[in-house]
Amino acid sequence: MSPATRRLPTWVPRASFAHSWSARIGLALTATVLLIAIFGPFFAPHSPSELASGSYAPPSGAYPFGTDLLGRDVLSRVLWGGRSVVGYAVIATALAYLVGGTIGLVSGYSRSLVDPVLMRLVDILLAIPPFLLLLVLATGLGTTPAVLIIGVAAIHVPGIARIVRAATLEVSVRGYVEAAVARGETTSAILRRQILPNITGTVIADGGPRLTISILLVAGLNYLGIGLQPPAADWALMISENRPGLDIQPWSVALPALLIAMLTIGVNVLADAIARSRGVSVDEELIRR
Amino acid sequence: MDIAESRSQGPATPGPVSAKRPRAHPLVWFVVRRLAAGVAILAAVSVIVFAGTEILPGDAATAILGRDATPEAVAGLRQQLGLDRPVVEQYTSWVAGLLHGEFGQSLTAGVPVSELIGSRIVDSLILAIVASLVMIPLAVALGVVAGCRPGGVLDSAITWTSLGMIAVPEFVIGTVLVLLFAVRLQWLPAVSLLPFDGGPLDVPSVLVLPVATLVIVGVAYIIRMVRAGVVEVMASDYVQMARLNGVVERRVIVRHGLRNALAPTVQVVALTLQWLIGGLFIVEIVFEYPGIGQGLVQAVIARDIPLVQAVAMIIATVYVLITIVADIVVVLLVPKLRTAV
Repeated sequence: MSPATRRLPTWVPRASFAHSWSARIGLALTATVLLIAIFGPFFAPHSPSELASGSYAPPSGAYPFGTDLLGRDVLSRVLWGGRSVVGYAVIATALAYLVGGTIGLVSGYSRSLVDPVLMRLVDILLAIPPFLLLLVLATGLGTTPAVLIIGVAAIHVPGIARIVRAATLEVSVRGYVEAAVARGETTSAILRRQILPNITGTVIADGGPRLTISILLVAGLNYLGIGLQPPAADWALMISENRPGLDIQPWSVALPALLIAMLTIGVNVLADAIARSRGVSVDEELIRR
Repeated sequence: MDIAESRSQGPATPGPVSAKRPRAHPLVWFVVRRLAAGVAILAAVSVIVFAGTEILPGDAATAILGRDATPEAVAGLRQQLGLDRPVVEQYTSWVAGLLHGEFGQSLTAGVPVSELIGSRIVDSLILAIVASLVMIPLAVALGVVAGCRPGGVLDSAITWTSLGMIAVPEFVIGTVLVLLFAVRLQWLPAVSLLPFDGGPLDVPSVLVLPVATLVIVGVAYIIRMVRAGVVEVMASDYVQMARLNGVVERRVIVRHGLRNALAPTVQVVALTLQWLIGGLFIVEIVFEYPGIGQGLVQAVIARDIPLVQAVAMIIATVYVLITIVADIVVVLLVPKLRTAV
């Protein structure tokens, strides 16, 4: 590695990353879907809830991809329906990092009983089938987007706590941390200024596959009817609610299915490219979803 | 640790060997310790399941009678169901019931939970077993083919396809399969309609699409892990040594490569079976397959708390058992992996 690259912050992808085809393909797929999800609603020809025509009408001039089971414009609903998938997945992942990261930092830096207690709790959470945790929460708290976000975050928290704890343990014995302790800095200042910046690289590499998992979980739960409820415009929900009309109006299912597949493949390929450029693999994380 | 010392055949894989005092029956001790840990985890899971399903103040009584019920009627039913007792007492009697095989009454169907889930468990098992029997050999074969020549054309094709498939949600793959094979070609049924007194084996065609969906995603997972294991083994010193000694490449792969990739493969199989549990929820809903996953999702939506609790505990038990069995099998296969467990 040349001196120039060594001075970069640890989370900046290496040169090999930008030149790899996988990174370009992943970036292109992800960017396309993100643009549709974020800016799509501004270009929607109809309102996503407007009962415009007969149900399952074939594609026509006014409705380029036909209408859905209630006669709503498929194109408009597709343009509106990406925000929930992307938004919930991002919020859930961020929430998981906030909670799991805090637990990991505290656990890794404290040399008290806090660490073993927190880690046993993490072990227990890791032993529960992830999907089951979500279903149990949905039974107790109801099927709402908030429960969906909390549940998806809860699935990531133990894994993140472990990774952050391990990284913190490694960093906290370094000279600059001991120097900060010797200078008499407060614990919170040390965590913020010495430890956090030095574990960012690990956290970023871990974040890609986690985002893929969040998207898969959010989409899966919306599809199952646990999470967003009709008449919300959501890609996964569209696939399940228009399933009965699959033989007469396949677009109402195929279009959202295509976009979800593009999004998850894109994010995963991108995460894999980032991970590869750092010399690790995304597989172990993905399998645990 | 202890087991690593008492059993040490097979080529060495690098791993820390601690100097613990050997006990009389190390393997027995190991099994006992793993089982005890499993019981402890299940106890914790039961607390989470019980607390998680009963977080809301609106309990089973309100769920049965609806929101418009009079307070007196709710209070009466609460007493009848034992919901007026302290939470700890409710929890202990619930656990005691579980241990005796009494899962309680379903709120929506009004019959014992065990009556509802018996046939569903069998149907899900059939689906899971058929899917595993197809996907595990197929994926291991493809993973070995890919891993033996890393960077080759076959490897690239397999790696890239699996990287894509691994990320596509099961319900998208299932829906696409329905669109192609049920709606367009009309070769196979779109939903799993079973005869009233028969199982999926009486109508094998209903199994094809659900199994195909699980296999497509599952194979992608296993391939990537088997490949990683094979690549590592094939780059190891003893494989290099065998090659330098002039051993034929096929013999190197079979005798040296595969044998040492066996233990990681067991863990891959365990992870796959655990993943299958999650995959079943979605695939059973996509194909309206009358399994335990569909039953659980429907119970969650209907807020049938006793049914959810029972199924959740059964699934968690299977999940934990898979982990324990895999751990034990791995120790039997490669003693030195013991420290990694």
